[in-house]
Amino acid sequence: MAQKTIAGQAVDVNDEGYLVDASQWSREIAAEMAKEEGIDLTDKHYEVLEFLRNATEKGETLTIRKVGKSGITDIKGLYALFPKGPLKLSSKFAGIPKPASCV
Amino acid sequence: MANNENPLKKVCIICAKGTIEDVYATLVMANGAVMEGIEAKVFFTFFGLDAITKKQMNKIKTATVGNPAMRAPGGLPFPTILGIIPGVEAGVSAMMKSSMEKLDIPPVDEFLEMITAGGGEIYACKLAMDMFKLEKEDLWDEVKAVLTVGDFYAMCGGEGTQIIFT
Repeated sequence: MAQKTIAGQAVDVNDEGYLVDASQWSREIAAEMAKEEGIDLTDKHYEVLEFLRNATEKGETLTIRKVGKSGITDIKGLYALFPKGPLKLSSKFAGIPKPASCV
Repeated sequence: MANNENPLKKVCIICAKGTIEDVYATLVMANGAVMEGIEAKVFFTFFGLDAITKKQMNKIKTATVGNPAMRAPGGLPFPTILGIIPGVEAGVSAMMKSSMEKLDIPPVDEFLEMITAGGGEIYACKLAMDMFKLEKEDLWDEVKAVLTVGDFYAMCGGEGTQIIFT
């Protein structure tokens, strides 16, 4: 675990850069994390992030299938929003732990 | 944990069998690859073609005969002789599919759509198609092409590529 300053805020991250404490998250932190990966967050991105954060809070296991059925975007859209990491990158930007599911 | 020096960039997966476990092993690995940003090319051959044949793709089953790892719920023994009773194979297969659905693992057609949505590519083996007298129209619409083994190998080049035979 390490301390890192993202968007002017000191947060705890693990060695893969995921926030350790989801309550330290802010929209600005998400934007800066995404920028590091070359992604500019739009409202659609934030809708997905909110969905992931809410589902995680409820203790649900996340899958891309679940996000694809959320009504926010389909799976193809999810790949377009978060290229090469539809669930891994989106979870990172959402400040939640790295997904532990295989689908 | 991660090996950053030689990351895996592409997987070429071959599926030659048509049981639930063989087909799903293939689909989970292919989908898992595209979710990690790894290119995936999946080649279905022999009985594996059932997974991409419109008529069969959502009817695949697991073998209840000749499968020593097969057990009844609760880990009770499942004598092979029970497996030959009509309807047992279908019942067991339905149970397996419902356990998978609970884990959010989709039916074959939807799983294939998830893979192609992520840029994964699905191919069929020409030799096996000829053998089973199948035409391109019999296959799932998003099958990219029918290939010879040489065509397949030609796609499997490049650094950080692995061929996986499920």
